[in-house]
Amino acid sequence: MTPRLLQGSGAIADAAILAGCRFFTGYPMLPFTELLEEMARKLPAAGGVCINAQSEIEAVNMALGAAATGARAATGSCGQGISLMQEGIAELALNQLPLVVFNMARGQQDYFQSTRGGGWGDYRTITLAPKDIPEAVAHTQLLFHLADRYRTPVILYGDYVIAHTSVGIEIEALDFGPLPPKDDWALDGTMSGTGRARQTWTWARGKPNTPGPGPSAAWESIAEKYAAIERSEQRFETYRSEDADILVVSFGTTSVFVDRVVDELREEGLAVGSFRPITLWPFPAEGLAEATHGCAHVLVYELNAGQMVDDVRMYAADRSVIRSIGGVSQDDSGMRQGDLLNADEVRQRVRQAVATPASARQ
Amino acid sequence: MTTVEISTGPERPAHRVADFKPDLLQSSEHDLCPGCGHPVAWRLVLDALVELELSRRSILIAGHGCYTQMMRISDIDSLQCLHGRAPAVATGVKRMVPEATVVTLQGDGDMVSEGLHEVLHAASRGEKVTALLFNNGVFGDTGGHMTATTVLGQRTKTSLEGRDASVYGYPIDVARLLAQIEGAAYVARGAVNTPGMIARTKRMIRRALELQMAGAGFTFVEVLTMCPTGWFVPTLDGPEYLEDSMMETFGIGELKSPAPAG
Ligand SMILES: Cc1ncc(C[n+]2csc(CCOP(=O)(O)OP(=O)(O)O)c2C)c(N)n1
Ligand code: SF4
Ligand SMILES: [Mg+2]
Repeated sequence: MTPRLLQGSGAIADAAILAGCRFFTGYPMLPFTELLEEMARKLPAAGGVCINAQSEIEAVNMALGAAATGARAATGSCGQGISLMQEGIAELALNQLPLVVFNMARGQQDYFQSTRGGGWGDYRTITLAPKDIPEAVAHTQLLFHLADRYRTPVILYGDYVIAHTSVGIEIEALDFGPLPPKDDWALDGTMSGTGRARQTWTWARGKPNTPGPGPSAAWESIAEKYAAIERSEQRFETYRSEDADILVVSFGTTSVFVDRVVDELREEGLAVGSFRPITLWPFPAEGLAEATHGCAHVLVYELNAGQMVDDVRMYAADRSVIRSIGGVSQDDSGMRQGDLLNADEVRQRVRQAVATPASARQ
Repeated sequence: MTTVEISTGPERPAHRVADFKPDLLQSSEHDLCPGCGHPVAWRLVLDALVELELSRRSILIAGHGCYTQMMRISDIDSLQCLHGRAPAVATGVKRMVPEATVVTLQGDGDMVSEGLHEVLHAASRGEKVTALLFNNGVFGDTGGHMTATTVLGQRTKTSLEGRDASVYGYPIDVARLLAQIEGAAYVARGAVNTPGMIARTKRMIRRALELQMAGAGFTFVEVLTMCPTGWFVPTLDGPEYLEDSMMETFGIGELKSPAPAG
């Protein structure tokens, strides 16, 4: 197989179909729109269904229905569209239904939206933030696996850089190992009339012949599941961090710029390294604690008013050395990161932070 | 005057309806009020599924309302979805399992208040599901509040002096809306306030299910049901009250039906 030149949205669509996605729905909103277009073009040929929904609320609920049958399903949006989906995402979580949600975000202001969620109840969403298209392709496949493995909605945190730029890429199927069968819960109608019909219900009370645990016990066990995910699914990447005195923490496509600056500042003799959470949830707590150990500066470069920095403060070895050096950065279209997605800015802000005496820090 | 000969006994012994549990019920225990119309209407659905031999392929998507209890006791693969969203959820289900008989169960609060968007679009797409509306003109579950189908003059806890159009607007006739949509193949409204109405409504439900399985398009049956509790009327007055209020406003019958084959 030779690499093909693909736009990120097209590559993600191919990866999703390769992973077995058979139902996709969404409501147009840039920069998610191209993924919807790609799926509309490619999914029917693969034997699947793609529906242009009439709202994000409708989209997430259609996807929930498809997921409830055991089919691999996905939807997506960004910003306000993801806000509208939050009720549905929570419902999937509490019904223990798998779904992949592509949040092709309009920048980095939606870290809280993806990692904290806005739905009701005790739930979490596994959130992967790829730094580039090849990683997005791998994450897409991994997310379908994780969604099925843990029976939970999961989020890909992408952006316009991933959605709209193109790379030459070979898309290969990744194998993440076996998964539990779905027949005890996937609804297909075949258990109706047998006395053992299945039931998906957040209250988890079951049916008279097959009583469920009820909401309290069911939600407790869901919480235990999220605790297990927190223990075993933390993913991160470090770059030149072993001997670093200055650690720059960033996520998603911003990290590509940060790593370039790390190389440049190393040339100048600064002991800089970087840390990148790949899973925004579960946040790589242990990895961060280890990487920040002994650092004189932990600098968080994110393109928002300071969201991930909360997690960094929670888990870094020494809170007193943490500073936010990113900022709100949006271009005039409102659809993508603005001026701070730029190596010059990163370099200048790291230099400036390092030069600032500790006493002058807020 | 005609004389009817009654010297011979009935062919079958008389029985109470409640003594016979439909096949698709796991239990007949539920907490709905005496005089509630929902269990009567639901029984028609279960009987129709069995009669049409669709039991082993049926899937139920239920909304939020008193009727949700019918989901819990029914021996049908089922899912309770978010308030208002059943037609969207059913779309995903049916597209992935086209051979299934997919039934959605919603009330007026669920479908017409919270979820009008979803039902209209599912109909416009011609989704091959059967959407049921158990319309009692109130939020029964929450304790008798005004919905989008509450008839003019109806007293509820949020329209204390009765629904006044100048303050609260007019009730929505969702069957009439749906009948105008190309993708809707069958649209009918029945009721469960008299034995005759019950029999007629059962035929509507059967027809809707048959048309779903024939792939005709979106099928819809509204059933006017009694909610004496939410209407604040004595239990036994429910059926007559339904006739004077909701039936008077909305009417009964098939609003849209494909021409019979042949
Ligand atoms: C999003 C949301 N809003 C409100 C409720 C509360 N709620 C539960 S049932 C119900 C109304 C049910 O009315 P209807 O569908 O007419 O059913 P009925 O009980 O009258 O049969 C409401 C508002 C809810 N469950 N979810
Ligand atoms: S409140 Fe109304 S709809 Fe609910 S169970 Fe009682 S009578 Fe039935
Ligand atoms: Mg009602």
